[in-house]
Amino acid sequence: MNKVITVIGIVLLSLSSFAQTAEGRKIPAVEIFDMNGNKFNTSLLNNDGKPMIINFWATWCSPCKRELNNIAELYDDWVEETGVKIVAISIDDARNMQKVRPYVDGQAWDYEVYIDVNADLKRQMGVNNVPHTFLIDGEGNIVWQHNSYSEGDEYELYELIKKLAEGKSIK
Amino acid sequence: MNIFRLITLSSIILGGISLNSVYGQINNEGVKGFLAKPLEIHGNFSARAQYYQEDSAIGAPNVPEKFLMNGFANVVISKGAFSAGVRYESYRNPILGFDPRYKGSGFPYRYVQYSKDGLDITAGNFYEQFGTGLLLRSYEERNLGVDNAFDGIRVKYSTKYGLYLKGLVGKQRYFFELGDGIVRGFDAMFSINEGFKPLNNSKLKVKIGASFVSKFQEDNNPNYNLPENVGSYSGRLNLQYKGFGFMGEYAHKMNDPSADNNFIYKDGQAMYLSGTYSRKGLGIVLTAKSVDNMSYRSDRNEGFNNLLINFNPALTKQHTYNLAATLYPYASQLMGEVAYQADIIYKLKKKTFLGGKYGTTIFINASKAFGLDSTHLNDDNVARQGYTANFFKPGQEEFYQDINITVERKIKKWFKLKAMYMNMMANNDILKYGGINGSWSGKIYADIAVLEGVFKVNRKHSIRAELQGLWTKQDMGDWATLIIEYTYSPHFFVAVMDQYNYGNSISKNQIHYPYITAGYTYKANRISLGYGRQKAGLFCVGGVCREVPASNGLTISVSSTF
Repeated sequence: MNKVITVIGIVLLSLSSFAQTAEGRKIPAVEIFDMNGNKFNTSLLNNDGKPMIINFWATWCSPCKRELNNIAELYDDWVEETGVKIVAISIDDARNMQKVRPYVDGQAWDYEVYIDVNADLKRQMGVNNVPHTFLIDGEGNIVWQHNSYSEGDEYELYELIKKLAEGKSIK
Repeated sequence: MNIFRLITLSSIILGGISLNSVYGQINNEGVKGFLAKPLEIHGNFSARAQYYQEDSAIGAPNVPEKFLMNGFANVVISKGAFSAGVRYESYRNPILGFDPRYKGSGFPYRYVQYSKDGLDITAGNFYEQFGTGLLLRSYEERNLGVDNAFDGIRVKYSTKYGLYLKGLVGKQRYFFELGDGIVRGFDAMFSINEGFKPLNNSKLKVKIGASFVSKFQEDNNPNYNLPENVGSYSGRLNLQYKGFGFMGEYAHKMNDPSADNNFIYKDGQAMYLSGTYSRKGLGIVLTAKSVDNMSYRSDRNEGFNNLLINFNPALTKQHTYNLAATLYPYASQLMGEVAYQADIIYKLKKKTFLGGKYGTTIFINASKAFGLDSTHLNDDNVARQGYTANFFKPGQEEFYQDINITVERKIKKWFKLKAMYMNMMANNDILKYGGINGSWSGKIYADIAVLEGVFKVNRKHSIRAELQGLWTKQDMGDWATLIIEYTYSPHFFVAVMDQYNYGNSISKNQIHYPYITAGYTYKANRISLGYGRQKAGLFCVGGVCREVPASNGLTISVSSTF
């Protein structure tokens, strides 16, 4: 057993020495669905050189809905000031996927929403639990990520978006 | 762990890299283009460990190991169109509530994948879903110990003309082994609007799809002559017109005698229908389904969540408040049910009399599930059809009912209030909830009410409180729950909870279940500690549930994405 772990450790370490880490990598290309049931390849996600947020959520996840509803109240200002776009990826499965569009419209969200019905994008992006937020810079690099939501987290997120929009580093 | 696994794993990692260079050379981008693509490594990690104390009052058993842990790590390597990944899992030993057959460690998930110009090839393990999953869905729910991943080959091809094809052959994961049967599947989806140019911009969007799935398992049953190949097919239709949507799927399965259906030779069928309408501020969803003899597993002798090929989620609201979610949730009945659900969300406008200054949102949901309208045939020694059923006609037996309403309103800039009322019925002869009083026989009727408030002290500090009550004359009687949570954005939280079974008819079972938890989050890394009593109940994520026994002790959870 120890041998296996050692071997993997060595292989991974040697690879990681010339690999890019999570921060700085691109959005993986995975097929998901839009809210009308059309296939959509995530390699097409972009915001014309401006910052973008990818947020994983579900209709059964209370903190997720609190986060996206709280941001919805600020979203017009955010877009006006920084040009940011929010892409909300629902991980609802067949039990709830039909409820996604009525929920999104019902709450009058202006986000771009997709459904990752079998968690393929979630898996590719290494998401453990929802909510999970990724911040993408104008070149399409993942520059920051955050798991879970507490009231007020949106202000920290917005500070980072502003920095990105001004072309500053957020490291 | 033996030497074979070591070799397999190393060869997959190294093979993934050498494949890269071989294909890179024949790739039309040329070697230079391929080498210019960055090599990326990423993944995630999660572990949950619990230190157990015996607590006879709540029925928490003595755990000989005292300390149990589940953990896993995923690593994915990608370069251009290639990727390869492995997952290491360890259960030393599995925490209570997980199947003890998980005991051990290993690499049950590893794959290499090539994806370019619409072609996608996966060798190794993969997850897949056809349509709504009525016929085929492999998926993972790590927190529940559900994982029926395929091990085999999958090819997907997306044409430019709206036609999407998928084919797969493989066996399914069974703890640290593979199930007995082989599954073969093919799925096609055609988007008519993409396929025909004049319809590209039509407001009516039409998609059709069809699947064929078959499984093979040797017949070594001494009593019956069993079909070794069991075929199944399904068709589906998806329509969208402005705010209206329709989705329907029908699935049919050939005779499939199994432990689930007591080895009858009747065909199985299932149908799922949903209609939606939505516009800004209003959403309506109506769903209906009927399921008849539709347990479909790659091993006919298996039960529970093991080796299921298809997916049949409950058609009820997935509640999030503790008492509503964990005491009496509905579990769909693969052998036969007819179920309906309606869901409405309506947002009252801001700055109106009813909507208030910040607006108010109302959610109404109702669902009901019945048994099938069936007639027993008494033909066990002849044709073994078992029964006949009227498809989509509800039977006499009621399985479940839930009617609930939630109102959410922001009262002040610093104060939000949410109230929920629910009336429910669960037929415990079918659903068989356990509990500290033993299993109740007959129906359980309950009312549940919840009040939740979120107070923002300032931008970073906030307090959330939940007061919940459940009232019933059956089973364990009345419950109350209080939760108070304090968060300091963006890093800290601490919460205390008490569940109190004050109305239990057996006075020694009128027990408090106090629990305290605290956590720290930094970016995508999270650690939390919890201490106290946890009642026995159902723990559900997504569409599935796991029964969790009562426990008392310290829990540590760590997760990270890298």
